[in-house]
Amino acid sequence: MYCRNVDIAIIGGGPAGLAAALAAREAGVQDVLILERDTKLGGILNQCIHNGFGLHTFKEELTGPEYAARFADRVIAEGIEYKLGTMVVDLSKDKTITAMNREDGMFTIKAKAVILAMGCRERPRGALGIPGFRPAGIFSAGTAQRFVNIEGIMPGKEVVILGSGDIGLIMARRMTLEGAKVKVVAELMPYSGGLKRNIVQCLNDYGIPLKLSHTVVDIKGKERVEGVTIAQVDAKNKPIPGTEEFYACDTLLLSCGLIPENELTTGAGIEMNPVTSGAVVDNSLETSIPGIYACGNVLHVHDLVDYVSEEAGNAGRNAAKFVLDAGREEAGSDPIIMKTGKGVRYTVPSKICREKVEKDVLVRFRVDNVYKDVKLGIFFDGELVRSVKKRTVAPGEMEELRIRKEELDKFPDVREITVGFAED
Amino acid sequence: MYDVCIIGAGVTGSSIARELSKYDLKTIVVERGLDVCEGTSKANSGIVHAGFDAEPGTLKAKLNREGNERMEQLSKDLDFSFKRNGSMVICCEESGMDTLKKLMSNGEKNGVKNMKIISGDEARAKEPNLSKNVIAALDVPMGGIVCPFELTIALAENACVNGVEFAFDNEVKDIKRSTGCYKVITSKREIEAKIVINAAGVYADRIHSMVSTVPMKITARRGQYCLYDKQTGKMVSRTIFQLPSKLGKGVLFTPTVHGNLLVGPTAEDIDDKEGTNTTAEGMNYARMKASESVENMPAGRMMITSFSGLRAHEEGDDFIIREAEDAENFIDAAGIESPGLSCAPVIGEYVANIVIPKLNPKKKEDFIAKREGIRHINSLPVEERERLIKENSAYSVIVCRCEMITEGEILDAIHRPLGARTLDGIKRRTRAGMGRCQAGFCTPRTMELISAELGISMEEILKSGRDSHVL
Repeated sequence: MYCRNVDIAIIGGGPAGLAAALAAREAGVQDVLILERDTKLGGILNQCIHNGFGLHTFKEELTGPEYAARFADRVIAEGIEYKLGTMVVDLSKDKTITAMNREDGMFTIKAKAVILAMGCRERPRGALGIPGFRPAGIFSAGTAQRFVNIEGIMPGKEVVILGSGDIGLIMARRMTLEGAKVKVVAELMPYSGGLKRNIVQCLNDYGIPLKLSHTVVDIKGKERVEGVTIAQVDAKNKPIPGTEEFYACDTLLLSCGLIPENELTTGAGIEMNPVTSGAVVDNSLETSIPGIYACGNVLHVHDLVDYVSEEAGNAGRNAAKFVLDAGREEAGSDPIIMKTGKGVRYTVPSKICREKVEKDVLVRFRVDNVYKDVKLGIFFDGELVRSVKKRTVAPGEMEELRIRKEELDKFPDVREITVGFAED
Repeated sequence: MYDVCIIGAGVTGSSIARELSKYDLKTIVVERGLDVCEGTSKANSGIVHAGFDAEPGTLKAKLNREGNERMEQLSKDLDFSFKRNGSMVICCEESGMDTLKKLMSNGEKNGVKNMKIISGDEARAKEPNLSKNVIAALDVPMGGIVCPFELTIALAENACVNGVEFAFDNEVKDIKRSTGCYKVITSKREIEAKIVINAAGVYADRIHSMVSTVPMKITARRGQYCLYDKQTGKMVSRTIFQLPSKLGKGVLFTPTVHGNLLVGPTAEDIDDKEGTNTTAEGMNYARMKASESVENMPAGRMMITSFSGLRAHEEGDDFIIREAEDAENFIDAAGIESPGLSCAPVIGEYVANIVIPKLNPKKKEDFIAKREGIRHINSLPVEERERLIKENSAYSVIVCRCEMITEGEILDAIHRPLGARTLDGIKRRTRAGMGRCQAGFCTPRTMELISAELGISMEEILKSGRDSHVL
């Protein structure tokens, strides 16, 4: 088994991995290697043929493959090395990666720094506990998207969608455009999990009803889906008897959440955040193992790819710094712990190392419900330092706040920073 | 003319087929599904029972003990996953102690070795996640776990290699007596056979009544299960049973042989022999009951799937393995509910002992007793993996990322004897699609392989049944 050394190994060649690689190269590290399991770079963007990508990054609306190509082309132009069709099977604490592919067989890579950019997967039916039969015709929305956009085959003609995550909304429109009848989108929560613009452009524009506080309570059909029963749920998300409605259909698509794909991360013993299902990282996006960084949807599920690219760029730069500052001093003081306050589910980062604060610290988070006219506050050891007014916040959209460097400098002894709603 | 026609390619039919393949006999297995292991054999607890619960003197008791003892050797001969992980029956109330003692004495009468009643603390020392309410437990080192798909497929494959024919997609519609033989009329063809063996699971009563007037009633007793992510698979190392009730062995909490956590089953007598659906009530009951066995029941979001299977329950509460009284050469292997899976290593032999004296065939000298299963690359030592990858680069391409199943394994599943033809066929042979994403990732890739290897279009690919088109 051959073994080689690299400065930075990046696991995943999707939007996160590509942006991280470019940033690392820009920051001065030549020896960067991307490991990608698919047969081309770009990750899931390759099957996202709708537009709407890149408004923040490029100030124009691109399709997924176009957005990916902007990065992949640069990676190729820069001569950054990548291996396709390559599956990483193990990552160890000492940053040794075991991988395999058709050309090289099994091989190991000893990296000075590793960037985790493996993305996420969709929550399957089983995890949702939907009762009924187990026929053909039940797909996660992303799998259906692959069939339609990559393989050119429609998975069904009459469709019910459970979950109003963005992929589900996009697929409601896509299936409709391809001639399917999308009968209804049911969402368990009283609000959508997707972006508002997708509800307007993918459902409303096509007259597809969205039923909030509804879920699938039965699947009919022994061999192929023949229909599903949808019922309203109460405040505890329990189906309300008597509200059942049967929809004849041959296909059920599920868009009920994404789960960061962290098998390698947990295998390496990296500390995890149970809320995001991603690694615990500091403000440099470094995990609990020095020199291993995480970014993109493997760290926490993002709403827009633009933010993935931005975050991954930071991870790439910081990994480069780690490599170039070999033998850097260990963090001197205890990190500042990030806490979630009222209305906030998680924050990334989970902690701030003062030694790594170069400029403002970007904190990304999601709220736990739909709120109107709120103030999002930053609290230093319980004291409100600053707040920002928001007209609406929703779980489907990622929020961000910047903790200013001067605020951190002004309070050198702060131990905990909380992000949460501030009272008036 | 066939010597023997076996109806049903579940674990029982396959076990019989394999045993008969040791003899110079022309044997055919007819199966209504498109693959082996399509009924009860695919949806059960996967437990190799030690044999303490069956009434002493019953066929269940006899075959269970023998089957348990022989499972280990069979798993080596036929290369399927089996682990003697031990079982424990827990008792949480003083009033249950009598039942626990009764189980122990049953077990002793049935010949189960090394059982011991231990205190709650002793039980928790062995299984730290056991409920604090456990006051005593029956510790049974002989209990085991097996992969029911692998077991059934291994038996059938080995039977096939040794000359048994399999006719899938053949539902038996009628059986007629003819001179010196039976005529088995299926949805596709007519098969003449000197001896017919009824291993039709929940439909055994229907098959039986085609030739016999002796009443038989098989009730479908549904069991619903919840399967959890491998992250939870080490919560217990043994199979944890609760005290049995009238309807069966109660809800268990067990690791599977592949490292998941399985809880269930419910026990509901239902009228519909096709009723393999799960219900919200059933799943809730299974999880609620299972949570009584342990501290820190895993959260619902750790569940990766749920399923239900139908036990073929016969009213006499014992296996019916004998020649029908009024139909010579028609042999029932009916009412094979739990511990039927555990008995698989010996049920074939038991049936053969009825068949062989009737036909007096010669034993084959070239019987192939061993079978090599599909190599699961990810569980092999690194050197072995490297060697296989060098031989065949398909072993370096991961198709199912959750279970780390390679293209090489999928190609093997398709091309080996009785190879996979459907998505579920691939899944049961290789585990591709059985992981935490439940085939979201590998479905398109697996379908491309099936399409290319079998020369069929993507639209023709089935999940399992003949009308289960994936696309």
